[in-house]
Amino acid sequence: MIDFRFTEEQDMLRTAAREFAEEVIAPLVPQMEETDEMPEEILRGLGERDFLALGIAEEYGGVNLGHVAKMITIEEVSRVSVAVGMMLQVMHLGIEPIVAFGSPEQKKKYLPKLASGEHFATVGVTEATGGSDPTGIETTARLEGDNYILNGRKVFITNAHVAHVAVVLAKTDEKEFSAFILSKDMPGFRAGRWEHKVGMKGCDTGELIMEDCVVPKENMIGKPGDGLKVCMKAISEVGRAGMAAVGLGLIKACLEASTKFANERILYGKPISRLQGVQFKVADMYLDYNAGMLLSYRAAAMKDRGERCDVEMAMAKYYVTEAAVKAAKLATEIHGGYGVMVEYATQRYLRDAAVLNPSAGTGDIQRIVMARAALS
Amino acid sequence: MRIFVCIKVVPDPERASEITLDPQTKTVRREGIPLVINPMDKNALEAALQVRAQQGGEVTVVSMGPPSVEEVLRQSLALGADRVALLCDRCLAGADTLATARTLAAGIEKLGGADLVFCGAESADGGTAQVGPQVAALLGMAHAVYATAFSLRDGIAEVTVKTEDGEKVLQGGLPLLVTVSREINQPRGIRFSEIVKARKKPFNVFTAADLSLAETCIGEQGSPTRIAGIADAKMERRGEILEGEPEEAVAKLMTILRREGAI
Ligand SMILES: Cc1cc2nc3c(=O)[nH]c(=O)nc-3n(C[C@H](O)[C@H](O)[C@H](O)COP(=O)(O)OP(=O)(O)OC[C@H]3O[C@@H](n4cnc5c(N)ncnc54)[C@H](O)[C@@H]3O)c2cc1C
Ligand SMILES: Cc1cc2nc3c(=O)[nH]c(=O)nc-3n(C[C@H](O)[C@H](O)[C@H](O)COP(=O)(O)OP(=O)(O)OC[C@H]3O[C@@H](n4cnc5c(N)ncnc54)[C@H](O)[C@@H]3O)c2cc1C
Repeated sequence: MIDFRFTEEQDMLRTAAREFAEEVIAPLVPQMEETDEMPEEILRGLGERDFLALGIAEEYGGVNLGHVAKMITIEEVSRVSVAVGMMLQVMHLGIEPIVAFGSPEQKKKYLPKLASGEHFATVGVTEATGGSDPTGIETTARLEGDNYILNGRKVFITNAHVAHVAVVLAKTDEKEFSAFILSKDMPGFRAGRWEHKVGMKGCDTGELIMEDCVVPKENMIGKPGDGLKVCMKAISEVGRAGMAAVGLGLIKACLEASTKFANERILYGKPISRLQGVQFKVADMYLDYNAGMLLSYRAAAMKDRGERCDVEMAMAKYYVTEAAVKAAKLATEIHGGYGVMVEYATQRYLRDAAVLNPSAGTGDIQRIVMARAALS
Repeated sequence: MRIFVCIKVVPDPERASEITLDPQTKTVRREGIPLVINPMDKNALEAALQVRAQQGGEVTVVSMGPPSVEEVLRQSLALGADRVALLCDRCLAGADTLATARTLAAGIEKLGGADLVFCGAESADGGTAQVGPQVAALLGMAHAVYATAFSLRDGIAEVTVKTEDGEKVLQGGLPLLVTVSREINQPRGIRFSEIVKARKKPFNVFTAADLSLAETCIGEQGSPTRIAGIADAKMERRGEILEGEPEEAVAKLMTILRREGAI
């Protein structure tokens, strides 16, 4: 049987996440828009409230509430700030390879601090040579005694500066890719340039630089050659879930802003929400939110059951992020001239929406995954 | 330390504009408005949790309400309360403040009695501010209302309370009931790990019979208050357009402002 309801516990989680978003994050959004930096209070709060512990087992200090729970909390945070939602989702993405493929020693060493928010995580795959084709990377890892020596440069890495721990993909041989857990206390590992985006102001994006970085052998996740599997499984089933959640929050925000404005704006002696042309725009957003929600939470529920869900996540990521771009456009239009003024949030939604397509794989890449499933 | 917190579940005050009154039944129409913990009761719970952190003991939440409040009340467990008692029975419906206080007092006694009770100073919906003091009277304890600060040392409580023209600092022993105002503290948010811990905490429902309460002293039957009538309070801004040349208009404006005592 299909039961589309959330549990009472999941509803409480949503309430708690919404409360945090409205009370702690919302007042700091203007500051993030201005400085493009993540306020300390938000980073601390996410840790204190256990946002980062959701996907981690209790024995490693987590609360183990699963993928639906993560999606709920990322959606609620993104409804208020897409920038914080994005940061949070990539923190989960950075944790995932250790949870899914890490050795018991690696879990014991890294997960407790990632669960408590003492440390933050990210994933470094993309390089200037092209993100859609991860086999084009040039970062190398050369075995020297008990250590690997890494050299290379990652670009477009979310949390490059705020993260302490990064799962990094490197070539251990011409055609052999391996994943390593790096931490900022390793010599030769640092964040590089800050990369400034059109939207998601406050969410840190930048380079990760490895210069003769010394990584102990035991920090490899799995064995040599497992790297693509380790990274792509996390990106396709957790990173894309995160992007879908971010998009859902954004559509919700667009819908709420639009209905509020349409009910308050008077033209021809009545609120513009009575104009059918405006109603149709609201209806489109409303449908997209609901369709996107069903796609996304179904995929997350599959992940919680331990089923393979890369195709379902690709659909969710593609549908929701495209719908978010559309919703931001419609919301801006409904606001007339006000929609593009900096005092109104819609212009922020428009800029944030533009960042959703490339993150965690472009729309084209999602369509390739879907087409492969449909044609097989 | 046996610490109790009285929590009322109310329609979300942030959406108060959607609440309407039914002129026929003289009751509040609250359909479709989400329920929340009465905001001041969150401060009451926070005060209780802070006392427990210092002195040890157990924090019990009591609430009178219909079955639909259960989900909201569970939040108090995730915020850190040790157990919840929901006093829930058809015959409790229609209670005024006295019948409410009788029921809450009976609940507190049923659960072993209290050394310290925290209430909100007033609810966001009824807002009479009577329930706390009435519960104290029924339990035979001292009480302090509209507290803005609370501390407990060597069994002596010190409470700062708001008064009409300032504040007072009161001292007293236990047992004691304190009603709190929003300034007393900043309620904590829910930690997700506490949601997991809350699974194992007791949530019990008691009927009027469980509390050995006679039907004549509870619910509508036990309520001496009758609402005679309800009316919408209309608030309007008074506007006056001052005609004439600017100098003339400004002179008129000054006269009016002086007359009204604004300058
Ligand atoms: C805000 C943001 C955060 C990011 N965070 C991270 C991170 O934390 N970690 C990380 O490793 N990476 C991160 N990325 C990188 C992201 O994964 C890449 O940008 C993405 O994979 C695309 O790679 P690219 O930018 O090199 O574009 P390219 O791969 O060069 O793509 C260029 C164009 O070619 C199209 N294309 C490529 N292949 C095909 C194909 N087979 N068929 C049809 N069209 C195709 C693409 O759709 C696109 O339109 C982030 C990116 C952004 C924008
Ligand atoms: C608009 C309106 C007007 C009303 N006017 C009157 C009136 O004039 N006289 C009268 O007798 N009744 C009145 N009532 C009924 C009254 O609201 C109920 O009796 C209610 O159960 C308690 O009163 P209160 O909400 O005013 O509580 P308050 O006394 O304002 O609440 C103070 C605190 O008492 C505790 N508390 C109150 N109710 C509960 C509960 N059910 N469970 C747990 N803790 C609780 C909470 O800690 C709360 O913060 C009115 C109700 C409404 C909706």
